[in-house]
Amino acid sequence: MKGLRWAVAVAAVVVALVVQVSLFPHLAWHGIVPNLCLLVVVAAALTVEAPFALVLGFVAGLTLDLAPPADHVAGRWALALTIAAFLAARVRQDQKPSAMAVVGTVAAASFVATSLFALSGIVLDDPGTSVVGLLEVVLVAVVWDVLLTPFVLPPLMRLFARLSPQWATT
Amino acid sequence: MASLGGRERRWTGLDRLESRNRPPRSLLVALVLASITLVTLDVSGGASSPLEPARRAVGEAFGPAESAVATAVRPFTSVPAWFRSKGDLADEVRDLEASNADLKSQVELAGFERNRLEQYDGLTAAATDLGSALVPARVVAVGSRQSQSFTVTIDAGSAAGVGPDMTVVNNDGLVGRVLRVSRSTATVLLIVDPDSTVGGRVGSSMEIGFVNGSGSLDQAAGLDLRLVDDASVPARDDTVVTWGSASGPYEPGVPIGRITEVYSSLREASQRAVVEPFVDFSSLDVVGVMVPSGSQSDRALVEADGTLR
Repeated sequence: MKGLRWAVAVAAVVVALVVQVSLFPHLAWHGIVPNLCLLVVVAAALTVEAPFALVLGFVAGLTLDLAPPADHVAGRWALALTIAAFLAARVRQDQKPSAMAVVGTVAAASFVATSLFALSGIVLDDPGTSVVGLLEVVLVAVVWDVLLTPFVLPPLMRLFARLSPQWATT
Repeated sequence: MASLGGRERRWTGLDRLESRNRPPRSLLVALVLASITLVTLDVSGGASSPLEPARRAVGEAFGPAESAVATAVRPFTSVPAWFRSKGDLADEVRDLEASNADLKSQVELAGFERNRLEQYDGLTAAATDLGSALVPARVVAVGSRQSQSFTVTIDAGSAAGVGPDMTVVNNDGLVGRVLRVSRSTATVLLIVDPDSTVGGRVGSSMEIGFVNGSGSLDQAAGLDLRLVDDASVPARDDTVVTWGSASGPYEPGVPIGRITEVYSSLREASQRAVVEPFVDFSSLDVVGVMVPSGSQSDRALVEADGTLR
């Protein structure tokens, strides 16, 4: 069961990443696209046990760092998504999260992850980081992620819940 | 009191959660440290970073998938063009008439520009002498703005004869250079990336300088040109082309853009010009990679004289 769950989670991350870099640039607003990998990680964090979600966050981040169009310092998305997964796992409650709770968690996780990535860029002295530009990117990214939540999160959460009945919070 | 009771319930609920789903702090610390280790390895490694092999391996795996999705999506991206109204077409006719008039006036000034033309001829001759051919490719994936780098993936890789540091152009002008290749794809750094520096030459005065990316896909935001010679002032509407050598990352004589604004900075005692790139980076599709003529490739090459081989 555990192996199957890992396979499904990794497949979801791969599909999310490919769609994010190959399909969404056609719909992007000033080059800002929804972070589907983050949505997969949040869905896992809201449904299954926290260690799994944390490791999935790290793996998804590392994939974002290494997959082709990326050219930034590797490890930055891994850090951002691990911490986003940690925060989302903290929000989890014993009853099934309400729709508002899911949207709120996605917005918070998106804000934290994109900001952490941007801040790590400032620490690493990446040129071309103006605060106004960063704010625009972070806010538009949050809007994108929240817009896609109703389409992506419910099926993924149902899938993760079915694959891990002992943790399911139906 | 009621609210207190509510809070009590919530806290007991959280307690149950804690016992059931312990916050994995040790795992969090371990993963954060792992991320920071990766960052350190990658930063200190520079070009020969230990993560380059991992990048290449992930690229081999993801490249074909990205190409496949881009191919599947392509028919749908052209759908909006079918719904263009008569108004849009009228606008386009007006724009084309305006640009036609512009071109006519340029033709009338042809004698005046002969000098410049000769220099361009020299440049094109140099390009022909260098014997470069174009590998046609399409953009299959675009890096997101959240990742703060302006890179794209194209569907031509080492099998098509593409290698690192090769120049990428499209029918408008310079697009960027190849950073790394996998078998079937290559990652291209666009010249709008803030990390990108291109050697630029002002068309009329032949002055050389450096063109830096501004970190925006917006064509009007432009690129930054700084001339090596502080005394020379670049003229508006002048064309900027690349200078370089066959061994460097950028082939010489590729048009970059047109100077739209010139600022003189008293503080730095130098001239700064804004160059509007000829390429529209928000809608990149077909590009060509400049490779040495006669190189092995898995597809037809476009030679310098326009023939397909």
